Parts: sequence; C-alpha cells; structure tokens
Amino acid sequence: METMLRDRRAVLVFVGPALLVYSLIVLVPIVWSLGYTLFEGNVIGGFQFVGLHNYAFLFSDKSFWQAFLFTVKYAVVVTIGQVGIGLLLALLYAFYLKKSSPLIRTLAFFPVVLPTVAVSQLFKKIFEIVPQYGLVNSLLHLVHLDAWIQPWLGQGGSAFWAIVIMDIWRSMGFYGVLLFAGLVDIPSDILESARVDGASGWRLVRYVVLPLLTPILFSSFIFSINGTLKVFDSILALTNGGPGQVTTPLTLDMFNTAFANGQYGYGSTIATALAIMSLFVTLLIFRSARSDVA
Amino acid sequence: MSQTLTGRRDEAKTSFGELEAKRRGPARNLLARIPIWVLIGLLLVIEVYPLLWLLLSSFKTTGEFSTGVFWSLPAGLNWQNYVLAWTSGMSTYFLNSILAVFPSLFLVLLLSLAASFGLEVMKWRGNNIVLLAFLAGIMIPAQLVLLPLFTIYFQAGLINTRWALIITYTAFTLPLSVFLMAGFFKGVPRGVIEAAVLDGANMYQVFFRVALPMVANGLVTIALVNFFFLWNDLLFSLTFISDDSLRTIQTGLLNFTGQYGQVDWGPTFAAASLAVFPTLIVYLILNQQVIKGLTAGSVKG
Repeated sequence: METMLRDRRAVLVFVGPALLVYSLIVLVPIVWSLGYTLFEGNVIGGFQFVGLHNYAFLFSDKSFWQAFLFTVKYAVVVTIGQVGIGLLLALLYAFYLKKSSPLIRTLAFFPVVLPTVAVSQLFKKIFEIVPQYGLVNSLLHLVHLDAWIQPWLGQGGSAFWAIVIMDIWRSMGFYGVLLFAGLVDIPSDILESARVDGASGWRLVRYVVLPLLTPILFSSFIFSINGTLKVFDSILALTNGGPGQVTTPLTLDMFNTAFANGQYGYGSTIATALAIMSLFVTLLIFRSARSDVA
Repeated sequence: MSQTLTGRRDEAKTSFGELEAKRRGPARNLLARIPIWVLIGLLLVIEVYPLLWLLLSSFKTTGEFSTGVFWSLPAGLNWQNYVLAWTSGMSTYFLNSILAVFPSLFLVLLLSLAASFGLEVMKWRGNNIVLLAFLAGIMIPAQLVLLPLFTIYFQAGLINTRWALIITYTAFTLPLSVFLMAGFFKGVPRGVIEAAVLDGANMYQVFFRVALPMVANGLVTIALVNFFFLWNDLLFSLTFISDDSLRTIQTGLLNFTGQYGQVDWGPTFAAASLAVFPTLIVYLILNQQVIKGLTAGSVKG
C-alpha cells in the first residue's frame, strides 16, 4: 500500500500539470520581472541594460513617493475602517439580532461580490456635481447647506475620502462575517461568569470579548492591509488616480508607467517595491496563521 | 435558505448569539430596543439603498434625470435604457466574460483537485516545498508578473485573444484553489483511502471513486470563490485585451461608461445593473456557500 501512495508516476500525473502552468505563468515571470528592473525600454521598442539605475531613480522619483504615501495612507485608513466597522457589525449580529441575524448578515455581505466597476459607477453618481447633483450634493441642497456643495471627486482631499467610503462600504459586511465567526466561538460560560462578576455592556466587550477576539482581529487587520496595499480596480474606476496624481496608488502608478509611458523596467521596479511591501505583510500573516488561526 | 454560516456550531453548543438572544429577548421592553432598530435600519439604508437606487435609476429617462430630484422614483419602466445598453456592447461583454471565466473555472478545478490530491494524500519527498510554492502565489501582487506575461503573450500572438485571459485566470486562481482544496483533502479520513488501496484500487481509481466524491462540497466552494474573482477581474482584461469586441464585463463597463457616462445616465445605470445581475443571481441562490467560501479565501486579500 505504501508503495502505491509513493508511486512517482502518479504523483507526476496529479501534480505535474498544475505545477507546470503555475511555474510558467507565475513563478518564471516573477524572476523575469526582477530581471526587467535592470533594463530600460519595452517589448515593442527593445531593451537596454541600465544596471541599478531604476532603483536609484525610484528613491528620487516624486510620483513614486506620492503613490507610496497614498497607498500606505489608504491601506491604514481603510483597514481601520473595514475591521472597526466589521467589529461593530459582528457585535450587533451576536449581541442584538435574533432571528434576523442571518438575513442582515447576508444583505450586508452582498456588496463584496459586486463588480467593482459597477460599484464605482454608482459612487461616481453619488458624489457627482455636474451635470446634475449626485446624492451627497442633493442632500446638502435639501438641508440648505449649499455652501458645502462641492466636486467631491474633483479635489484630492475629498476624493481620498470618497474612495475610502466606497471601499469600506464594499467590504464591511465581509469583515462583519469574519469577526462574527470568531465571536460565536467564544465559549458562553466565559461570558456568563463575567456577567456574574458584574461585567456588562462596554466593560464586557472591552475586558472579556475583545481579548478573546484578539487572534482573529489581528488576522483580519493583516488580511485587510495585504488587500488594500494592492488596491487597483476601485480607484481606477472611481477617480482613475485623479485629480492629477493625487489618488494614484502604487499599482496604478506601475500600470501607467509600464503601459502609458512604455517603461517596463521602471514599472517592474515599482511592482517589486509593492511586492516587498506585500511580502513583509505576508510574513506577518504566516506567523499569525500558524499560532492563531490554524 | 440554506444552512447559516455558524449553523453547525450552534447545534453543538449554546452559542454566544443564542445565549444573547435568550437573555435579551422577552425580558427587555420595547423601548430599550428602539436604538437597535434605528441602528439596523440605518445599516440597511446604507447597504441596500445605493443598490436600489442604481436599479430604480436604470429605468429613468434622460428627461427625468435633468428635471427630477435625485431620489425620485422613475415615472415608468423605461426598458429603452436596457435595450440600448444591451445592444451597444453589454451583450458582447457578457459573452466574452462567460467564454473566459467558465473554461478557466473548469481548468483550475481540474488542476487544483489533482494537484492537491497529489500533495496532500500521496507521500513523496518535497511535497511540502511544492505546497509552499503554491501558497506563496496567494500573496504575489499581479502587477509583478504583468509585464513578463504581456511580453510572452505578445511574442506568442495571444494579445487580444481569449487564450491570454484563460491561461492567466487559470494560473492565478491555482494557489488559493490548491490551498483550499488541500484543506478539504486533509479532512478525508486516511483509513478510507488506505482501505481502497488495500482493495486493489490504483491511485487513479482512488482519486475518482473515493476521494473526489468526498470533497465535492469543497469543489462547489472553490468554484464560487473563483467565479467571483474572475468575473470581477479588471486588471488582466485591461492589460491583455484592447479590442472592444473581446472586452469582458468589467473593462466593457468601464469603456461603456466612458462613452455614455457623462451624457446619458439611463443606459449607464442599465449597463451597471446588467453587470450586477449575474452576481446577484448566484448570490441569491448560494449566499451561504459564497459567504463561507469567500471568508475561507480571505488570505487572498
């Protein structure tokens, strides 16, 4: 029997095709991409070896640092928002909702599966000012706060918050469910004995529930940061990085550098920087997954 | 509908949620629950109203947009918007998405099923290293491989073909699929497989007749997770497809709103509603499996 489970030919038949596809389309291109960082040019015009010039340029490139800062700011704000509101939702589901909890959970989760371009289109209209007022400006007009009416997506500061609001809207139901699953795993006798000791409401949450929820909260933070560092779709479709470059994340900066400017080498360098950031977070994920989730 | 996410756990022991419900239920008076109702109402308005508004607006005429207030109901069901959206591109984008996504789904299910069986059930040196190599792929930003892939497809003449999408989609959904699938195979009792082997079945028979039926549910979960990732793909489609007649739903919608977005809201909303529709249908039927699958795949970020 052991010999059958060790049959090398069978292993090759089972694992071979997947490993081949994965190697050719994912692993080899990763190495290839690292090679590109030493070159200048593109597939149509040809390549020229430039050594470490791309890396040197990266450190002095203002638009890279702008995109870097935007990405970090976006990732931190959206992560706090997603997980924070997700936690509130989870507490709401677990503490206050009875029969309606599955229904509300299901409804709140739905935006997660929507096509990002459709959602962005929706929010474009919500924040619009011309040719007609969108939802936000219409509401301001209704309550006579006309002075506050503005082109929300046309200014860097408010465009940032519009993106943040949209992405939190899309994903809070997801984190609600993730954290809810952690909440229902808390043994009920622990909560009961805490109640007997006089803990209730905020104190119960703060001193009993949150400490017990720490592992899954921590994982959620890391999942969220890892996802938000790679944000692309929603920003491309909502603001396309504008106005100017103000809301351009690293992914979009890389995309524009490579395809609009035809700089494959430098584009790969930006992608590498992004990958290193992700890798850093990934190491944290595996460290936390080993001890907490698995 | 179907089983709730935590249904099984609830049966096993008194869950947090149930306990809370019992404690708060009849004893609390109605007045104390009002803030909660307000909160739930607010939540529903925030989550559901934008989508409802999208749907309602898709039936409005151009005139209604310029004269009516933002939240007014459409005067009638103006299907013209849908006709325009469908005939000026959306039908093609739908077909392209289907033709790219479903072959990829089939391929990735087949490949990941076989690979995770080989990695998790069979015994050989180096299986852990290969599994780890697959796992690493979960975290790789797609941007890192975009340019080499573009080069490969360009040289092979695959730019502006469905093959570029199918190949990329299959390869990029493999890591998470193998990761999830290996987890399902871990749950298959070793004794069952060993018994089949002792009965004289070869590894291929064990795979198809014993292991496959036991992970069938997992297969559905993985198909759903991948369906949403691929159906909602924007980056690959944007990179490898520039021919309008080959655009998929997301890039198509982007292109469509670029043409109609400013001047004509009605068809734009109709197009967005059309794009949302398939995900809504899948979600209506299989919501609990979708939620379970996507939260299990949360490592993907």
